[in-house]
Amino acid sequence: MDPTSTQAPPVQVALFVTCLVDIFRPTIGFASIKLLEDAGCEVHVPKVQTCCGQPAWNSGDRENTLEIAKQVIAAFEEYDYIVAPSGSCAGMIKVHYPELFEKIPDWHERALKLSAKTYEITGFLIDILEVSKVNAKHKAKVSYHDSCAGLRELGISKQPRKLLKSVEGLDLVEMKDCEICCGFGGTFAVKYSDISNSIVSEKTANIVATDPDLLLAGDLGCLMNMAGKLKRQGSKIKVRHVVEVLAGLNDDKPIAGRD
Amino acid sequence: MEINSPQFKLNAKTALGDKQLQGALGHVRENFTGKRAKARAQLPQFDDLRQNARAIKDHVLEHLDVYLELYEQKVLESGGMVHWARDAQEARGIVLDICRKTNAKTVTKGKSMISEEIGLNEFLQDNDIEPIETDLGEYIIQLRGENPSHIIAPAVHLNMDQVREEFRKAHTHLPDNRPLNEPQSLLSEARGILREKFLAADIGITGANFLVAETGTSVIVTNEGNGDLTQTLPRVHVVLASIEKIVPTLEDMAQITRVLARSATGQEITVYTTLSTGPRRKLDVDGPEEYHVILLDNGRSKMLGNEFSQMLRCIRCGACLNHCPVYQAIGGHAYGWVYPGPMGAVLTPNLIGIDKAGHLPNASTFCGRCEAVCPMLIPLPKMMRSWREKEFERHLSPYSQRRGIALWAWMAKRPKIYRFVTSIAARCLSVIGGANKQINRLPMAGGWTAHRALPAPHGATFMALYNRQKGRR
Repeated sequence: MDPTSTQAPPVQVALFVTCLVDIFRPTIGFASIKLLEDAGCEVHVPKVQTCCGQPAWNSGDRENTLEIAKQVIAAFEEYDYIVAPSGSCAGMIKVHYPELFEKIPDWHERALKLSAKTYEITGFLIDILEVSKVNAKHKAKVSYHDSCAGLRELGISKQPRKLLKSVEGLDLVEMKDCEICCGFGGTFAVKYSDISNSIVSEKTANIVATDPDLLLAGDLGCLMNMAGKLKRQGSKIKVRHVVEVLAGLNDDKPIAGRD
Repeated sequence: MEINSPQFKLNAKTALGDKQLQGALGHVRENFTGKRAKARAQLPQFDDLRQNARAIKDHVLEHLDVYLELYEQKVLESGGMVHWARDAQEARGIVLDICRKTNAKTVTKGKSMISEEIGLNEFLQDNDIEPIETDLGEYIIQLRGENPSHIIAPAVHLNMDQVREEFRKAHTHLPDNRPLNEPQSLLSEARGILREKFLAADIGITGANFLVAETGTSVIVTNEGNGDLTQTLPRVHVVLASIEKIVPTLEDMAQITRVLARSATGQEITVYTTLSTGPRRKLDVDGPEEYHVILLDNGRSKMLGNEFSQMLRCIRCGACLNHCPVYQAIGGHAYGWVYPGPMGAVLTPNLIGIDKAGHLPNASTFCGRCEAVCPMLIPLPKMMRSWREKEFERHLSPYSQRRGIALWAWMAKRPKIYRFVTSIAARCLSVIGGANKQINRLPMAGGWTAHRALPAPHGATFMALYNRQKGRR
């Protein structure tokens, strides 16, 4: 089926905004909507969404995770697809929800159904909608960091690069160890801040050595960590979420600083 | 061995400030990971082999009782002895008993993590028996009175200068002015000294990478040849192994060996793969007169039935340590006991208790690289999360964290209140962030802002902006 065909009804996509994007960087949400609409989808933003429950899940609080996950399932299961501008949150719904409900049969089934139609946005555009290029210009030397959950739980690696290569004027340069963790890890960055600092310093050294104008990634948590460290180190490298560039929404200031 | 795991945070801070250690850890970051990647790339069927290896071990763990009994029977048939040890204390007692019965004064040792787990060296010394580590790395850290910092490279935390200094201090019978500038000269010196010890030893103790049930064979994989000298020269050979080392057949052992060395050092196969079955037979030209196997449980049979059973597939290759950003940052000693890195974060709480090892499964970003490289496909992050759940249930996790999560979760379950609070929070943070859109100090987020700026929100939340825009449409 060609999702962009005029005969077929548009694909109904629910955007899972993610809590970080909601609070810290709305631009990423709007860029996601634009990319999905450009690809012919009808985008919905369910009102009851808050967070996927990952902070509770990774802190060992199963009971609260279950309640939050049930809320997400109920709010999103009616749509054709669920798309998030985050490998980590999409991974939570796609990989961890089924695991979470393993011993609760009726919810397990609903979790599996939701899991099957949940995607990280670049993966959704390339693998499901078969978009081959985006309509954007961005003259810059860009490097891309692979966020862990997207990479290892969902196999997101080629998809963002393929889309970036279609951006006019954009020069993609790979940094050393782009697939190694930035040290964010959610609450890890605060609980074990010294270790996190050592890991992110290793990461920013690799970024700086590549000397890009702009650093991109697909997860706002990692981006805030790397941008915050680069800023503290006095670097001029700008940081944005990959969808901002793909959608051509670059009027917002880069993460952690002015242009 | 002393348990320092509760001081994990302090240990980590010290390790991060240790320039020499940080230099040495570069070896882990670059060499180990690079070699493993190359070896893996050269073997297209590597992932199929991992599946096989996993299936072999899963089968063994399902029928461990049967294979252990078969193994024991085969060891007895080959003239060896099998001793069962419930815990560390029993295992130490059995070793001492063997030493006493054979009137042993000197014991040479091949590298064995089980020996570290039961704190054997200290115990033997206390009983006037001299243990001598013969693996070069183990020998070095024994001189320094240290514990291994890595399960396959025990002295990976040291550099050559430190080894040289240690040798000059310890080998006082050698000329002061001897050159020790090359790794080769250090190696030759250790070799010269250890040769005499090999010949003088009454008992040789080795670990085991595999115990083969069909033949009663113990197998070690090594690169230095010290294991062979340890187990063939003395009168008595003692194998110290935990119960999950069993594989059914020699063929199974060979299969797992193919993923072991590649994952560990990036070798196709280790320099030596040594199989020993029973004591010297009538027509054998060498070998020990007595052959003992000590089978240690120490908490493992309990793991068979709980959510950590998959950890018993572990073949101690060290790949998860080598690829872990946390291990790479702080090294092995910070973990405070025998087993560091992701495998230690899962195994250690099983062996010494989550109350003491609580930090270990928490000190992970869940980046998933450990699971991605594990030759036995052990879901390490999932099991670390299981430990976090147990800590949460038992109220062992820090109060502030529990309160924080509870408050946040309470809001996350009430979208209207959540919306209201987050819009205020976004606005406040935006104001604090000022024109630069960054926050450099913030109460409650000190861990974050100590090392990096906190990017500030730009004002309204996405949900607020979206609803406003939709209203206009």
